[in-house]
This record gives sequence, C-alpha cells and structure tokens, in this order.
Amino acid sequence: MYDSVILRTVARLMLPILLLLSVFMLLRGHNLPGGGFIGGLVASCGVILQMVAFGPSFARRVMPVNYLALAAFGVCFAAFWGLPALFSGLPYMTAFWIEPSIPGVGKIGTPVLFDVGVYFTVVGVTTQLALLLAEEPVLFPMPPEPPGAEPEGAPQA
Amino acid sequence: MANHLFIPLVSPLLGATLAVIFGRQRLVARAMVLASVLCNLGYSLWLLWLVGTQGRQVSQGGGWIAPFGISMVADGLGAIMLCVASVLMLATVAYSFFTLDPAYERYFYYPLLLLLLLGVSGAFLTGDIFNLYVWFEVLLMASFGLITLGGTRGQLEGGLKYMVLNLVGSTAFLIACGLLYGVVGTLNMAHIAERMASVREPGILTAVACMFLFAYGSKAAIVPLYFWLPTSYHTPPVAVTAIFSGLLTKVGAYSLYRVFGTVMQNELQHLAPLLLLIAGLTMVIGVLGAMAQMNVRRILSFHIVSQIGYTIMGLGLASAAGLAAGLLFTAHVMIVKAALFFIGGAAEQIYGTAEIKPMGGLARREPALAIFWFLGILSLAGIPPLSGFFGKLALLQVGVGQGAYLISAVAAGTSILTFFSMLKIWNEVFWKKAYADMSKLPRVGPGLLLPGAALVVVSLVAGLAASTLVDYSTLAGTQLFDQAGYIGAVCGADGCEAVYESALR
Amino acid sequence: MVLLLAIAIGSLFGGAIYLMLRRSVVKLILGLVLLSHGVNLLIFVMGDGVRRGAPPIVDAQGLPPPGVADPLVQALILTAIVISFGLTAFVLALAYRANQAVGTDDLDDMASTDRL
Repeated sequence: MYDSVILRTVARLMLPILLLLSVFMLLRGHNLPGGGFIGGLVASCGVILQMVAFGPSFARRVMPVNYLALAAFGVCFAAFWGLPALFSGLPYMTAFWIEPSIPGVGKIGTPVLFDVGVYFTVVGVTTQLALLLAEEPVLFPMPPEPPGAEPEGAPQA
Repeated sequence: MANHLFIPLVSPLLGATLAVIFGRQRLVARAMVLASVLCNLGYSLWLLWLVGTQGRQVSQGGGWIAPFGISMVADGLGAIMLCVASVLMLATVAYSFFTLDPAYERYFYYPLLLLLLLGVSGAFLTGDIFNLYVWFEVLLMASFGLITLGGTRGQLEGGLKYMVLNLVGSTAFLIACGLLYGVVGTLNMAHIAERMASVREPGILTAVACMFLFAYGSKAAIVPLYFWLPTSYHTPPVAVTAIFSGLLTKVGAYSLYRVFGTVMQNELQHLAPLLLLIAGLTMVIGVLGAMAQMNVRRILSFHIVSQIGYTIMGLGLASAAGLAAGLLFTAHVMIVKAALFFIGGAAEQIYGTAEIKPMGGLARREPALAIFWFLGILSLAGIPPLSGFFGKLALLQVGVGQGAYLISAVAAGTSILTFFSMLKIWNEVFWKKAYADMSKLPRVGPGLLLPGAALVVVSLVAGLAASTLVDYSTLAGTQLFDQAGYIGAVCGADGCEAVYESALR
Repeated sequence: MVLLLAIAIGSLFGGAIYLMLRRSVVKLILGLVLLSHGVNLLIFVMGDGVRRGAPPIVDAQGLPPPGVADPLVQALILTAIVISFGLTAFVLALAYRANQAVGTDDLDDMASTDRL
C-alpha cells in the first residue's frame, strides 16, 4: 500500500525542508503572507507526507510528539501572551513590541509569540486529526484483519 | 475601559488547556477545572455588582477602537447570564466529580466542559456579531464532544441529529452575518444598530432578521425547529444533559434578545406578532410533548422546549418591560431546570433506568431528594415563595398590561399543564408504592444530592429576594432596549459613525 | 461577475439542500460541505461591490486606493473555512463511528432515540 520508492525518497528529503520552511513562514508572517496558521499547516504537511509514504505508525515514530498536548500547549501559549497587556491595564491582546528590529527575523513582540502559539496549535490539531483518521483501526476497534493481509508499511530506516 | 472583561474568557481557556496537558494527573486536572470555574463565578458576581452600580462595562479587544476592533460589552443581560452560567457550571462540575465514570476524564470531559463555559461566556460578553458566531461555534464544538462522549448507540444517533441540525442553524447564522455585512458594511453591534436607520432598502433587513430568527431559533429549540432536542438530550450522562438544558438553548435565546432587543429594534416591532405566535405554540407543543412521555429525562427535555416559549414571549412583547420579565424567567428556569435534571438523575442512578413506570416509593426512602424535587417542580410551575412565580408573574403582568391577553392566557394555562406533567413524575417516582424490594437499591450519597439541592436553594433564595432581582432585571431590560445608550457606551458619545468618519480622515 | 457568483451560490445551495434531503449519512455530510462553500461564496460577494461604501483603507488623501478589495470578508471566510473544516472532520468521524455502531448508512434506521 505504501510502497512508492519515489514518494518515500522525496518524503524523507522533504521533512526537514518543510519544517524549516514552516519556521520561515511563521517568522515572516507579521507583514507578509505567512504566519502561524500557514506555518503550522506547512509543518503538519511534512508529517502527513511521512504518513502517506510510510504509514501512520512511522509518522508517529519519526516525530515522537504528543500532538494533542502540543495543541493544548499552543492554545495556552497563545492565550498567555495576551496577558501582559491585561496586567498592565490595557485590553487583552494589546501588542507589545521590542523596538530594535533583529536582522533576518524582524521585530519581535507579543503578536509573534501569539503566532508561535497558533503555529503549535495548528501543527498539533491537523496532524492529530490526520493521524487519527488514518489509524482508524486503533481509534475505532474493528474486527481483526484476515491473516495474510499486507501488514502496515514497515519502513526500513 | 473595563479590561477585566477578558478574565472570564482567559480563565476557562487556560484551565482547559492546562487540564489537557496535565490530563494524566487526575487531581491536578480537577483542581485546574475547579479553580477556573470558581474564578469565573467570583468574577461574574463582581461584574453583576459593577454593572448594577456603574452601568455598562466596555472593553476593546487588542486596543482597536470600537467600530473597527472587536468590542466586549457587559450589560445587565450579559452579567446575569454569565453569573447563572457560572453557577450551573460549578454545580455540574461538582456533580461530575461524584457521579462520572472515570473513563470520561481520560477522554477530556472536563476540558470540554470548560470550553463550553468559554464559548458561553464569550457569547454573553461580545459586542460583535461575527464574534458571536465564533463563540457559538466554540460552544457547539464542545457540546458535540460532550454529547457523543461515551459512544453508545443512542448517543451516536442522537449526536448526529443534534450536530447536523445545529450545523444548519450555524450556517443560517453565517448567511445572516454575511447579508448584514453586505447591507450595512459593519459587524460591530453598536455600529450596525446605528446604521440600521440609514439603510436604503429596509425590506432586506426583514429578510436578514428572519434569517437570524431561524438561526437562533434552531439553537433555542423554538417550534417548529425543536426536533433535535428531545431526540438527543436524553442520551448523554445526566451532568451533560443538565448543563445543556441550562446553557445551550439559552444562548440561542440570549442572542435573540441581544440582536432583536438592541440591534434590530425596528425588525422586532415587525416580527413581534410572529414571535408571540411562536411563543404560544412552543409553550403548548412542548408541554403536550412532555405529557406524552414516560421517561424522566424526556419529560424534562420537552419542558425545556415549553419554557423557551416563555422566554420568546418576553421578546415578542417587544418592550423593555417584556424583555426584563423574559430575562427574569430565563435566569430562573436555567437554574431550576438544571436542578431537576440533577435530582432526576439521582433517581435514575438509584433505579438504573430513567423510565418512570418501574420506579416508585422514593419519597419514603430518600425524603431529602423528594423534598427538593417537590420544591423544584413548585418553582417550575410558579408557586409563590419560589423564583418561578415571580418570573411568570412579571411576564403575565407585562402581557396583560400590553393587552396581549391571548398569549397571557396560554402562558397561564401552560403553567398548569407543566405542574400536572411534573406531578406525574412525582407520583410515579416518589409517591406510589414500590413494585420491588427497595432495600437492595443503592442509597443517594451527598454528591448526587447536593448540586441539585443547592440549585433549588438558590431558586428559593431568589424567590425570597425577589424585589432585588426584579429591580435588577428591570435595569437589564431597560439597558437592553436602550439602543442609544448601548451605542454611546461602545463608541463614545458621538456614536460609531463619527469615529468611523474621523478615522478615515 | 456578481450575477455569475449569484448563480454559483444558488446552485451550491440547491445542490446542498438536495443532498441533505437524501437518506444517506454520507450524502448528508456532503450536503453540509457544499452548504458551507455556498455561504463562503455569499460572504465573498457581500464584500465585493454589492456592499455600499468602500473598505476602510485610505491613502494620504483620505480616499480608498484603487484596486483594493475588502480584507474583512477574506478574514471572515478564512475563519468560516477553518471552523467548517474542524466540524466536517468531526462529523465524518462521528458518521463513521455511527455506521459501525448501527451498521447502516440509512438515516431512517437511526431512529432508536426518537421512539417514545
């Protein structure tokens, strides 16, 4: 089922590239197309590509992350960076910026950190959704497969 | 700027996420949930006092000025609903601690409850129509999770219907938002209210208003859009049914009050006869449905429908006094309904079924439970010292005062039928002799009894302190109906259009 | 253009209602998906030209620059898309699970909670 050599080779190469691209997307997102949501989708595409090429269990192993906790952490992180404004008497989510712009990264402030939270949330939620739906026998107990059926794509590392 | 308005949103959000992260340590997760619910309760009581003494509280999300950013507005209506929601959530969490299968906790039951609280609080406080849609979706997603958690056949079937019909309602809401934006070019409720008068083709506003009526009506379970409710509400655990009965339909009712009471007052005058018709039909059909049922939770589910009729009646009277009376009734019924679900759920736990035929003799065995049940149904039917009396009295007074005799007569008749149908449960479950040997059945622990009993006591106290409550709900109704005051509080004394024009210049 | 979009919206709504009136759960869900697409397109139209006035973006002279679309409707559509994406994923999983528990795709056979 998961036995395309081309797909597997490309998928292995693409994972680090996509993860790097996702971080790039995340950081450029404040004024240009991109941002936490887009970056998160790119990163989860990287993992989902592994899932398509090698099967969900490999995708779990290659990125051993508890995606649900990651999503919860992301929401928590994003919500947290609205709090400094609340404690200094401004409306929730009012932006704070560090003035000198860091070369290559841009200005850093609470919206960027909020976006990082969004990034983690999107990575967690979309990857978890895709993996759960692909692992359906685990999620929804089914009658055992008949003997002789092709076992799930066991990758050669 | 009342920036503290974000506290009731941040606290359940942080509580829910931390409870997911620490899901393994049960005690830590429970402590998080309890802390955030208590925080919301304390805050909403303080907000109630603050709004009562200082008027509307407004904050602008992210510091963006009013017609451009998302405003958060707490007026009397929002504060009362927020407070009742927090009380109900506290009772539900306490009930769940004692009764729920531990497997539920592993599947994130408490975080879902907190997300429900988050969505409800956000819906009560927002001053932006699209933001209201987003909060609706937040609470709907949490409710979808809660209603199907457990995965029995009944839950899956009921959940599917609940979900599909609610999604259709949400879609209608989105259509209405889009059309409204197309007509008036803004989403801030105060700004919409201001621009209502200058719309060139008022006919399209009536279409938008009907769309809102359909959208919120399907959430609030008015006739003829109530079918999802009795087919799904009896399937999940009792605690979930109780909190749903208290919160979900009432958020739909709240949105009707907000959108028709403040934003689209002209349309409210147009739709008032239709609303009164719907109110009467909802009352009668709901209570007739309840009389046909022989299952505690199904009877109570149909009563939810019937009581929504009274809330819609308050809206259909289309005056500040009518809205105030409807609000008083709604706050009362949220508390009492949840209490009855808790107590009925305790009976259900004893017998292992919610069918009333095989039950019996509970009054002798569990007198405390029986007393609180009886007080609860007295309150629901509207017998004097309890809160239900004052809610119905206010509604009938306004109804008769405005010459709406027919709907007032229907409301009075329905409350007799309500009492009759609740007495059926009383006779079958509590009063009649037990069929079987009762000594083997489990006893009711304090965890099963206390949440429902506490809510009944709240209803009793509310009835005794009725003059304060009536004053407060009158204030809330006046605030709700005072369009100019709302606009002034959100956008400043010159109104939103002035801010908009000066920002463009 | 608006006419074309209006026809597209109408077709999407019509198709969605038709699918939702079928008895199969899968078609019901497809109908919901089509419905949400129709609504997104409707919001898009509402921001584009039918709407009175211009987007609140101004240049130095206080005039809306030419060729600027209303960014708000795009934000609204993005929000609506994300929400409907999540809900569709949930309802698909739910339908799958219900299909396992009930053993059928026919809504008429899923009536055990409706009986008195």
